[in-house]
Amino acid sequence: MNPDRREFLGWGAAAAAGAALAPGFRLIELAQARSPQEAASKLQRWGLLIDITQCGECDACVTACHEENGVTGHGRPGTDAQWIRKVSLRDKRTGYAQTLPLMCQHCEHPPCVDVCPTGASFRRDDGIVLVDKHTCIGCRYCVLACPYGARSFVHEAVSGQKADVPRGKGTVESCTLCVHRVDRGETPACVEACNKDGGKAMAFGDLNDASSEIHRRLKREPSSQIRADLALNTGVRYQGL
Amino acid sequence: MMRIAAGILAAVLTLAARADAPRFKIERGEACVAPTAEMRRDHMDMLLHQRDRTLRQGLREPRFSLKNCVDCHASRETGSVLGKEGFCSSCHEYAAVKMDCFECHTPLRQKRVAARP
Repeated sequence: MNPDRREFLGWGAAAAAGAALAPGFRLIELAQARSPQEAASKLQRWGLLIDITQCGECDACVTACHEENGVTGHGRPGTDAQWIRKVSLRDKRTGYAQTLPLMCQHCEHPPCVDVCPTGASFRRDDGIVLVDKHTCIGCRYCVLACPYGARSFVHEAVSGQKADVPRGKGTVESCTLCVHRVDRGETPACVEACNKDGGKAMAFGDLNDASSEIHRRLKREPSSQIRADLALNTGVRYQGL
Repeated sequence: MMRIAAGILAAVLTLAARADAPRFKIERGEACVAPTAEMRRDHMDMLLHQRDRTLRQGLREPRFSLKNCVDCHASRETGSVLGKEGFCSSCHEYAAVKMDCFECHTPLRQKRVAARP
């Protein structure tokens, strides 16, 4: 099957799926992949839903993230970049233990963007919070401002970067929600790995799209934001916290 | 007549002695995204414009993308646009213009190319 035909059939399948989910309502905007000539849109808000009850002791998401984005360390945990990490929680009274993946929460009102003196830290129209490393001066205000400790500073010269994920010394970086994959219509590496090798705890989707799985689950089931008191309206939501 | 010819030769020799012109291979140079003269003068503006559109708006148009430049122009031997006769580095060294693209971006070709016949 040639690629054009495959792509055409893919669009057809996406259209059929959309029509079946909400008959009569969604005839366009069905497939997730934008064309390269189409800008990220405010109509979308990408997000994650993480069911902690399904999250076990594995670190498939962390390994997959760092592999996908070419995040390599120097064996110095104090300063090595960390885009996603596993956090363990334990109730001191009962001993009840939980573990969850924590990364950039892709806030609607991100403190890292507020404090950035050069405008390098920004929020894309579809809700993904990124660092423009062309204008980042490495001041690290955003590292301090982020309540989730999601940002890392690159202390040492980097080589062997992935073509889609430029990384360099003297700039700040964090989870990009695998923006290069999302723009191709794929899911982030952590979600893919969790559904393949992990506990199937992570789901990715458009929070604004009423026909998406993540939207329906958030509407029907209880979920929470970490540090909801800060009213940042995070794009990453947790269940079972 | 002889004097004029010698004068021209001397001038050419002085020019050559000043600095060696950059030596590089264009590799896949048959059709770039714009005419050569325009590319030589304006490639930095094209890249600057494209990088902001890609990063800020998510427009991943292939025409002026750095990834595309590298895929065509990386050396067949080293797979890189840097190095002694690298497509980018040879001219930039000659002109003494520092470029910092490749402190973050990979200078290596991603697409596999057929071996030279």
